[in-house]
Amino acid sequence: MQDAAAPPAYHYRVVRQFTVMTVVWGVVGMFVGVWIAAQLAWPALNFDLPWLSFGRLRPLHTNAVIFAFGGCALIGTSLYVVQRTCQAPLVLPGLAAFVFWGYQAVIVLAAVSLPLGFTSAKEYAELEWPIDILLALVWVAYAVVFFGTIAKRRTGHIYVANWFYGGFILAVALLHIVNSAAIPISLTKSYSAYAGAIDAMVQWWYGHNAVGFFLTAGFLGMMYYYVPIQAERPVYSYRLSIVHFWALIAVYMWAGPHHLHYSSLPDWAQSVGMVFSIVLLAPSWGGMINGVMTLSGAWHKLRDDPIIRFLIVALSFYGMSTFEGPLMSIKTVNALSHNTDWTIGHVHAGALGWVAMISIGALYVMTPRLFGRQRMYSVGWINVHFWLSTIGTVLYIAAMWVSGIMQGLMWRAVNDDGTLTYNFVQELVERQPFYIVRLIGGVVFLVGMLLMALNVYLTIRGTRDDAGEDNRLALAY
Amino acid sequence: MSDFWSGYIIFIVVLNLVGCAVLLFANSRLSAEEARQDTTGHKFDGIEERNQPLPRWWLFLFIGTLVFAVGYLVLYPGLGRFGGLLNWTSVTQWEQEVALVEKSSEPLFQEFAKVPVDELAHYPETRDVGGRLFAQNCAICHGSDARGARGYPNLTDGDWLYGGSPDAIVQTITSGRRGTMTPMAAAIGNSDEAVRDMAMYVQTLSRPDLKDKPEYRDAAERAEPRFQVCAACHGADATGNQMIGAPNLTDGIWLYGARLEDIETTIREGRQGHMPAHEGVLTPERIHVLAAYVYSLSMETEE
Repeated sequence: MQDAAAPPAYHYRVVRQFTVMTVVWGVVGMFVGVWIAAQLAWPALNFDLPWLSFGRLRPLHTNAVIFAFGGCALIGTSLYVVQRTCQAPLVLPGLAAFVFWGYQAVIVLAAVSLPLGFTSAKEYAELEWPIDILLALVWVAYAVVFFGTIAKRRTGHIYVANWFYGGFILAVALLHIVNSAAIPISLTKSYSAYAGAIDAMVQWWYGHNAVGFFLTAGFLGMMYYYVPIQAERPVYSYRLSIVHFWALIAVYMWAGPHHLHYSSLPDWAQSVGMVFSIVLLAPSWGGMINGVMTLSGAWHKLRDDPIIRFLIVALSFYGMSTFEGPLMSIKTVNALSHNTDWTIGHVHAGALGWVAMISIGALYVMTPRLFGRQRMYSVGWINVHFWLSTIGTVLYIAAMWVSGIMQGLMWRAVNDDGTLTYNFVQELVERQPFYIVRLIGGVVFLVGMLLMALNVYLTIRGTRDDAGEDNRLALAY
Repeated sequence: MSDFWSGYIIFIVVLNLVGCAVLLFANSRLSAEEARQDTTGHKFDGIEERNQPLPRWWLFLFIGTLVFAVGYLVLYPGLGRFGGLLNWTSVTQWEQEVALVEKSSEPLFQEFAKVPVDELAHYPETRDVGGRLFAQNCAICHGSDARGARGYPNLTDGDWLYGGSPDAIVQTITSGRRGTMTPMAAAIGNSDEAVRDMAMYVQTLSRPDLKDKPEYRDAAERAEPRFQVCAACHGADATGNQMIGAPNLTDGIWLYGARLEDIETTIREGRQGHMPAHEGVLTPERIHVLAAYVYSLSMETEE
């Protein structure tokens, strides 16, 4: 292997732990998603139990897939990438262990407290203040380990993947601390430090930058390592990576107000949010171009390598969602799309198509290397998983597009007498078929995740396969 | 917005847009040296980076969005206190849209307004237009079938708390109603037994057959003299008073539940009913049509 001569012994323990938990939380989070999708189609599945009700499980789903699944994938891959591209072992491995166990503790506390009904009622930031403080400590420790390792690097430059990971780590610390500022009234209840429209603006400044820095910048960092590594091709354009990095982090910070169009937020703030959301199109697409074009000269790998397919289709969904986002931020479009299922479809085009698929691709690249195996237990299963993920995502987002646009049109239909043509319930019943299609899409995607979990388990277990060939890599590193 | 904050907003918005333009301009071409070499010479874990220029179509897309941004911020609010050349605000847009609908539907409702409510109730158009007004303004409490729910009166049963005449219905919709039953435990004996006795007595008012049971007969005997305090509102014969919205207790229709426990709770804790006023929400002409629709609901029951 080319890494045989790689100098230091890297610290892989924490990376292995995060890798395994990425798979575990992915399965858990997506199972909860499937469950609440079924509840939307058949509300009786609430079973009249408060802790099984949609209102409590929905934040559990979002927290589990974004922060548990996505977060473990980001932290795990970043700690792998930063070591390998800096040719330096992690600084403070003990602190890295604290990052792992602390982050898992936050996830478990979330999984317990959200169904019990403890919530700060801020979307994607529902955790109550003691958990927020623990998360802030873990995050600072993570930043120390990551940037400490960069400081000790044995390369002259800092690789582009690390700029994105670094931007993600700094911005998420800022977002989490500012948005979670609250006044506690007991151990389990607090009230936001902000009030009224300002609270809403802070919340969506946080909310959209969680998309921008957690779900975009972080995963672009992942993309910038795993795509060229798997394709064995140089990154398409260094110049493009510089320009789109700085433009992306400068412009994303402005986009939050587009979540509050036609609200009590002042008109100027809404306009600025919309304008910068549109400017964001090109910086977002920069990452897609750089990733996809990295494959130039090696397009045949798309045919042969299911992992490359995962990575490239993830970039395609990324490009699609980052076109859809600016489109939906235009006030005229937003007047139709806001509060409809279209938004849910848009989010899942990003979450399933981009975030999950790029993470899955990265995990398939990284897992054999981490555990000293030659390859994944079954490459055929990866191919099956690829098709399950793609079909599941397409079913999901297509159902939500149709449902969402139908909702928007039915809500705004007006009779000659000035009354609305449809009342809410008339519109609601029309959604059910699409909710069932969405559920099917989710189930298909979840089946793929279960197949991946089995594949990862059998790879790690590392017994001889049926061909009698030992998957164990002779050279453990 | 003060001058300072207005200036601050303008400054950072312009800085960010100009910053993007400068970034693009500075990087739009490769240096001669970069152009000569295929890669940057960096190598990270085997990964190299190529010296490709920014794709032209991407560069022009970026510039295009920046031009759009400038144009939009000139025409619409965004740059601090500068409201944009079009003087657009979301409030004026909303007002214009509402005015447009009002204007186009005005002739229709003027026609409706010429017909008295009780006559209008017979028109099929009332079912259409009034039904839609009802679905969008009333159904959330009274139910889409207008049969109400606990605490929200059934509008189809011919029983009226404040009167079922056209004028009374218009009045109810326009100004709303506040139905208050004060807690009465203290006034009728201040004990659990006294409350239970009264609840059982009140039950017998609409179900005389209960008096065949000894416990009801005894309870009624004890409670009946104390009913005088209730009679102040509900009347000596317990048939209620529509002037103040006191319900008829003899008709077997229960707004807050017919079970003994429900009635005990009503006596002990009182009740607060609130029908919100729709003046300002709906035009008088729309209330007129809505009243005709509501009037027609119990008219059908009687027929």
